[in-house]
Amino acid sequence: MFEDFFYLVAGNYTLQIVALGALILGITAGALGTFAVLREQSLLGDAISHATLPGVGLAFLLTQDKSPLTLLIGAGIAGWIGTICVKVITQTTRVNKDAALGLVLSVFFGFGLVIITIVQKLPTATKAGLDKFLFGNAATLLKEDVTMMIFLSSIVLFILTLFWKEFKLLTFDTDFFKSLGLPFHIFDILLTTLIVSAIILGLQTVGVVLMSAMLVAPAAAARQWTDRLGVMVILSSLLGAACCVAGAITSSIIPHMPTGPVITVYLSLTVIISLFLAPHRGLVWDWLRIFRNRAMIESASILENLLIISESHSDPLHPHSMALLKTMGSHALSRNINKLIKAGFIKKYPDQLLSLTPLGLEKAKQLARELQNEGGKN
Amino acid sequence: MNPRDNTTPLAIEVTDLTVAYQEKPVLWDVDFNVPQGVLLAIVGPNGAGKSTLIKTILGLVKPVAGRILVLGAQYQARKQLIAYVPQRSSVDWDFPTNVLDVVMMGRYGHLGWIKRPGPSDKKLAMDCLDRVGMADFSNRQISQLSGGQQQRVFLARAFIQDAPIYLMDEPFAGVDATTEKSIIELLRELKRSGKTVICVHHDLETLKEYFDWVMLLNVRRVALGPIATTLTHDNLRRAYGGRALFLDPKGEQRV
Repeated sequence: MFEDFFYLVAGNYTLQIVALGALILGITAGALGTFAVLREQSLLGDAISHATLPGVGLAFLLTQDKSPLTLLIGAGIAGWIGTICVKVITQTTRVNKDAALGLVLSVFFGFGLVIITIVQKLPTATKAGLDKFLFGNAATLLKEDVTMMIFLSSIVLFILTLFWKEFKLLTFDTDFFKSLGLPFHIFDILLTTLIVSAIILGLQTVGVVLMSAMLVAPAAAARQWTDRLGVMVILSSLLGAACCVAGAITSSIIPHMPTGPVITVYLSLTVIISLFLAPHRGLVWDWLRIFRNRAMIESASILENLLIISESHSDPLHPHSMALLKTMGSHALSRNINKLIKAGFIKKYPDQLLSLTPLGLEKAKQLARELQNEGGKN
Repeated sequence: MNPRDNTTPLAIEVTDLTVAYQEKPVLWDVDFNVPQGVLLAIVGPNGAGKSTLIKTILGLVKPVAGRILVLGAQYQARKQLIAYVPQRSSVDWDFPTNVLDVVMMGRYGHLGWIKRPGPSDKKLAMDCLDRVGMADFSNRQISQLSGGQQQRVFLARAFIQDAPIYLMDEPFAGVDATTEKSIIELLRELKRSGKTVICVHHDLETLKEYFDWVMLLNVRRVALGPIATTLTHDNLRRAYGGRALFLDPKGEQRV
């Protein structure tokens, strides 16, 4: 499949442009998305991207110019106004944050849809193709668009690298950031602006409806694989780029397939795989760990119970009946006993009798000591 | 600070401080002076404005009225003079970073914008981790720390700031008895080296044992001074009303 992609792209200039644009977008959105996710601003990203739609429509109505630069400047301004609305509503009214986000998202988006519909019906604008801003259409990316994307993305990533340590501290501990005398508002606005820029970058390719997936999904997936912020940003960029390029090319090949949804499908797969399989944080390993722990505790309790019984007997290796162990509350006896026999800790005799081996006696004593130490610690 | 100075400036000097969230006053017309080199506990009932007072001194909360001087300095200059230990629960401990990195954040104020921490900052951070007994944990992901370990990392981050004044918001909240003892030992060490330490505290039982000065606060300042003369039955009743059940400061019987 990747080879097919490669040959298609290698021989096709339009697809190269599309792939390059998607690559730039994936890297930038992945990097900035990390901060959106860690600052718990994922929903803000969603609200901002929806809020850009009326900006696109109004920019066209006012200028009659359908060049991406004009439209995206309009989108940027609308996105910013949306962000400010969320801030003002939360700070001055009793409406709480998620209601404010929901309000801004739906009001701006609804307004945007109305404008776009009106514009599409204008005789002058039949070919403006503003509807591509809804679900994205990577195939319409031109060389000039990609040049502009490279330019904007370089600035965004440069600022992110420049103020790396400030953004990191701001995200981790806002109060401490302020207590150091660093200007919180400047960096807060700067970081939000970078996130808005990343959203603007993806409007044409992914569309306003699903752009937040481009921010959130790569970051959420990357968080599963690493515990370092730097690695998380790079990984998020790479995952974002891979999904974005794959989605953009897929949608360019299949007629009438909007790009945003295809990218989102690739992103979802990435997130699902990461949620389940990532080492340490993956759910599958959690389940395995729980299963193994349970088995270990059960085996340990069998050994300990045998130790307790043997202490009342002159010979610690004297065999005892399994029924006795059962009354002492040892679970899943037969399954764990086979394991313990294999490990050489216990020995089985006819008539359901069990005894510790010398090795098992040592192990049981060691477990008892560990248990005691742990009790002392708490 | 300077031995040639005839008048040593006060560590903290607060005049007519009023702070309000929306309409409701949280601190009302608070005046107090804290001399240098004391180990001061701020106590008072829930909602008394203890954390707000600390945040206002740091400049995190804007007062409606009032003046705050730190070592005689006004707002901008005082930031380098105070090291802050926020409440442990105020940050997300699942943030992707390790212990050493968190401690180095205490250097960001000294470093200035853009500049990255270097090997000398790293060495300082290791020294501070050593002081709080966490040197072996420097590479540990912060989500793997216990409550007491998290608190000690925050203390190390404050130590690396090397400030003359330390403001701490409930440094003993949710830590076990052993950690509590080691933390108070660290605070005493700060005091011995001439630093001023101010803690929001909630446990009246340990007050006398841990601190030498106390401020009783309940929206207004009720009392401030050395524990022996300030922690009186009368002052406690004025700060807590009739609600609280606590040790009588003169004897061991309960009131």
